[in-house]
Amino acid sequence: MIHESLANGHSQIHRLDPRLKIIFATVYSFIIALSDRFPTLFAALALSFLLIGLARLNLQEVLRKVVLVNGLILLFWVVLPLTFTGEPLFYLGPLAVTREGILLSAKITIKSNAILLFFIALIATTSIATLGYALNRLRIPEKIVHLLLLTYRYTFVIEQEYARLIRAAKIRGFRAGNNMHTYRTYAYLIGMLLVKATARAERVHQAMVCRGFKGKFYCLHEFSFSRPEKIWSALMSIAIIGLGIVEWMEIA
Amino acid sequence: MHISEGVLSGQVLFSGMVLAAAGTAIGLKRIDYDRIPHTAILSASFFVASLIHVPIGPSSVHLILNGIVGLLLGWGAFPAILVALTLQALLFQFGGITTLGVNTMTMALPAVLCYYLFGSMVHKRNSIALFGSFACGAFSVFLGAIMVGLALVFTEENFFQVSTLLVISHLPVMVIEGIITAFCVTFLKKVQPAMLPGFHE
Repeated sequence: MIHESLANGHSQIHRLDPRLKIIFATVYSFIIALSDRFPTLFAALALSFLLIGLARLNLQEVLRKVVLVNGLILLFWVVLPLTFTGEPLFYLGPLAVTREGILLSAKITIKSNAILLFFIALIATTSIATLGYALNRLRIPEKIVHLLLLTYRYTFVIEQEYARLIRAAKIRGFRAGNNMHTYRTYAYLIGMLLVKATARAERVHQAMVCRGFKGKFYCLHEFSFSRPEKIWSALMSIAIIGLGIVEWMEIA
Repeated sequence: MHISEGVLSGQVLFSGMVLAAAGTAIGLKRIDYDRIPHTAILSASFFVASLIHVPIGPSSVHLILNGIVGLLLGWGAFPAILVALTLQALLFQFGGITTLGVNTMTMALPAVLCYYLFGSMVHKRNSIALFGSFACGAFSVFLGAIMVGLALVFTEENFFQVSTLLVISHLPVMVIEGIITAFCVTFLKKVQPAMLPGFHE
């Protein structure tokens, strides 16, 4: 089942203004993605861990997500040390493991996970509906916000529809295997999902028109930028500027 | 086929964002407000369908389906895929803010290309339609994998082997996607032909 497991918490971070969280998560992600020095990256990783701690998230859940996302990183570790041109560190049979390859893999791993943890601490702690409203307030084009909110709204409905179809298939003795029958069944199932989705879209649109939909999506949610937000933005600006200085002034 | 955060260089990330923004702008222009529920609900179905794991050999792969997205939505594939990827980042933390542009490009551009290349074939004779839809599914995945590979190589020449490995590992996915797309289009032709591009009564 799809669910936003981390969004329901009561920490300070959960209660912050989502606009602030989006802005800082974006700035931080870019700064770290463009950073290239180990001191910066370790400092960033520490900052991300600190925020995860402050958000008081279920660590098991966080760990599960982090492991899942590190698949591509694993590929880098398998391939890069062996293929990267550079000074050989030691030999694995006929293959040379290079220093540069290992350093680069390590760099990518730290970068990727620092950004990921920061994202989990700030963004995953906000419900998607709230994020949609915040994006609207941040002047992201209305159509795309509207599309995001509607897609999110119907993801769960469509997921139930899918569950119903797969249940029906299983009751009729369907078992997935390596054969044409499996592929055909899945293809028809997806086709049916799309047909049902189109019919549903028609009904949803009619219902919206019946309720006076005029092509504008109103956001009634008001956000307040009060004291905790001011303190948090000051602290985070300092942290991010600090990271920038360490990176570009080549301190430490 | 996601590229994780923290891998690509600044130039690649920014080019991805600019191109994805342009594609999305064209896509949004083509969807008027009356079509938004349609695009949104199809986008939600692709999101759900991409969670299906199809067995292949001893392992399993999850579907990408950008070929069918392209066929059904045309340029609308850009906003639909952008939104689906945003949801994926929000719900599962696959991909992230900086890679959103690149990841949208690598999936949506092949989708739109396949729409133009193969869209007109689906209503032709059965053999042509079957070939067209298989090619649509397979080619969109292949092209996507190539684009991911290029994004990596443009970042760092030494990523060449990683890219090659990525493209090769997508070859079986390509075949599966081709087969699924072909069956799916056959199904839609029987059940709801008006959903496919270029349908005339």
